[in-house]
Amino acid sequence: MAFQAPIEQYSGKIREVTIGTGDNKVVAGGQNILTFYDFEGTMPHRPLIAMEVYDVEPQDWATALKDTLGSVWGDPVAWAKKCQDDFGADLICLQLISTDPNGADKSVDEAVETVKAVLGAISIPLIVYGSGNADKDSEVLKKVAEAAQGQNIVIGTAVEDNYKSVAAAAMGFNQVVSGETPIDVNMAKQLNILMTNLGLPAEQILIDPAVGALGYGLEYAYSVIERDRLAALQQNDAMMQMPIIANMGREVWKTKEAKISREEAPEWGDPTRRGILWETITAVSLLMAGTDILIMRHPESVNLVKKTFAEFGLN
Amino acid sequence: MALTGLDIYKQLPKTNCGECGVPTCLAFAMKLAAGGASLDACPHVTEEAKNALSAASAPPMRGVTIGTGNGAVKVGEELVLFRHEKTFFNAPGFALLVDDMMDEGEAIAKVEALNITKWERVGQILTANLVAVKNASGDAAKFASFVTKVQATTDMPLILMADSAESMEKALEVAGASKPLIYTATEGNADAFAELAKKYSAPLAVRAASLEALGELTTKLDAAGVKDLVLDPGTRTLKETFESLVYLRRAALKKKLRPYGYPTITIPAEETDDDMMEAVHAAVYVAKYGGLIVMRDLSPEKAYPLFVLRQNIYTDPQRPMQVEQGFYPVNSPDENSPVMVTTNFSLTYFIVSSEVEGSKQPAWLGVVDVEGLSVLTAWAAGKFVPERIAAFVKKSGIEEKVKHREVVIPGYVAQLSGELEDELGDWKVTVGPREAGDLATFLKSYQPVNA
Repeated sequence: MAFQAPIEQYSGKIREVTIGTGDNKVVAGGQNILTFYDFEGTMPHRPLIAMEVYDVEPQDWATALKDTLGSVWGDPVAWAKKCQDDFGADLICLQLISTDPNGADKSVDEAVETVKAVLGAISIPLIVYGSGNADKDSEVLKKVAEAAQGQNIVIGTAVEDNYKSVAAAAMGFNQVVSGETPIDVNMAKQLNILMTNLGLPAEQILIDPAVGALGYGLEYAYSVIERDRLAALQQNDAMMQMPIIANMGREVWKTKEAKISREEAPEWGDPTRRGILWETITAVSLLMAGTDILIMRHPESVNLVKKTFAEFGLN
Repeated sequence: MALTGLDIYKQLPKTNCGECGVPTCLAFAMKLAAGGASLDACPHVTEEAKNALSAASAPPMRGVTIGTGNGAVKVGEELVLFRHEKTFFNAPGFALLVDDMMDEGEAIAKVEALNITKWERVGQILTANLVAVKNASGDAAKFASFVTKVQATTDMPLILMADSAESMEKALEVAGASKPLIYTATEGNADAFAELAKKYSAPLAVRAASLEALGELTTKLDAAGVKDLVLDPGTRTLKETFESLVYLRRAALKKKLRPYGYPTITIPAEETDDDMMEAVHAAVYVAKYGGLIVMRDLSPEKAYPLFVLRQNIYTDPQRPMQVEQGFYPVNSPDENSPVMVTTNFSLTYFIVSSEVEGSKQPAWLGVVDVEGLSVLTAWAAGKFVPERIAAFVKKSGIEEKVKHREVVIPGYVAQLSGELEDELGDWKVTVGPREAGDLATFLKSYQPVNA
């Protein structure tokens, strides 16, 4: 009996979204298959890894992170360069956490200075995320978009309460927008429709489904991303065909499983390998579900995900 | 090929007696065709029809049980390609690989460590499931002696891995009664291995150089009377194994090809020398579509995230995981520590408890049974309501654990505070933050009064 490989052909295809310019640009999306299914279609660009840089010195981060990143904490420029030069990041994701009005409440101008300094120091493309405060983010991201004109960066996140101003800033200064909705297929689609109705081209939109970490709601994120992706491929739904970005590093590294010491949890084994695996397994699961851009934190987790790409023949 | 509902209907009594639980024979036939019912439910079907229909009435992927008693591992019987379509049913079994060329003391120590590699999470026990014992030496007597020692060390079911029938026979003389998985039948040894599987009524793993050859081999074994099979596609790279697993799952479920309607075995231990990448391979096969996963290294920092992933992926999407109702101590609270309540949706509990832990402030975290809903959903559904919260607080025994009488409720249900105070009598209700992320800040400045 001859075995006929049961392959699937999809009518839809993920949109290509370009980030950065010239020789240093990267492209997310473009595939007409589920991630790693290249036996039945093509994936012209492998998924991308953005490494996180914070605009303030982190407090209470895991020892595993401090050991490898601690020397550049408090200096976003050095941190970004290290991720680019030493750790092979595809992009930098600058998290402007200090602008949070409920936290350090740094001014828009200070944030813009940090963005300019990082942009000036790196050659790989940049993603700039605000603090998550919708009102402040809309002010901050508007000025960031202006300051980065011509660089084709990603600004985010646009949410229900601020998408108009964030999308307007992206249109005005030709940047890409990451639109965030809380783990829900229909809400993600709705935000894409609203932003494209404003005139933002679909090629300038990423879907951020607000993922959870392994053990903290990963199964919801996994299935929502999988359903997003099947809607894009099987049903050829144009408003679901944007690449998916997962802001996962921060979710992983705030779990106790990723950060507590051996003394506090001897039954969980070596804390360094545990934290790295917590991030790596979260990342690999999100990739399998359909994520195109991972925002990650630990260099060794990044290295393991890159090895995974290599083993799947994606370079 | 599987039969259609109409093909099946022709073989049924057509009396519409309803004794199968479905009102009409036609509806029952349709259910059978979809794999949603078993022919045994029909008390009037003829033997002749039974034989004709046995293929169509069996589930598209057979369930296979390894081992006996409480520790037995069942894999297979999956019905969907994507978990959101229904659910994944039988979580993959994790096996630790040891072989008879290893230092024996070291091998036994690894198995002993595996016995206690076990955690409780959301009311479930996360644990390894099997020990794979390999005849690396090729020596039958040495293998049997090693199997004896491993079996004496653990209650977990075994996977016996040997190529020669002589080695397998010796090992089965020792361990055959506990129904180990016999690994593996290949083109060269299939007849001898089939005899052993039948003699011990043990499940048999099958390996071939291609999926086509694999299907031929399972067809032959099935004809020889060996029904409990496990498929090894024979690939030993991440890319090829993943491709094979996808093909096998689709062949079984979408094409209904019986020769491929069995669970799979994957062996990350033989796919990479890198211990961290071994975990990545395993993670890929947990998501898609490994039945058994054989690992060289299952040290706790690897096993825990993999077992949590398995729990996440195999959670029924229609039935959210729930935490048991009760007060949970966080950061060693005492009689003066804050008392807080939230709902028993596992995600809510995990997020709230991790934020409280992260705050380093001691607290009593009360989890109210609202049938696994989040705070706002439970409130909207009338389940996170003053009567239920008050009854929980009163019956929980927290009044003996703390000296004060003050309870913190989530900011999203601030409107409950007045009514809850009425219900609770001597308790004061304080409204906490709306988002768990703000709990650390809240707890730093909050102390219950009268404490």
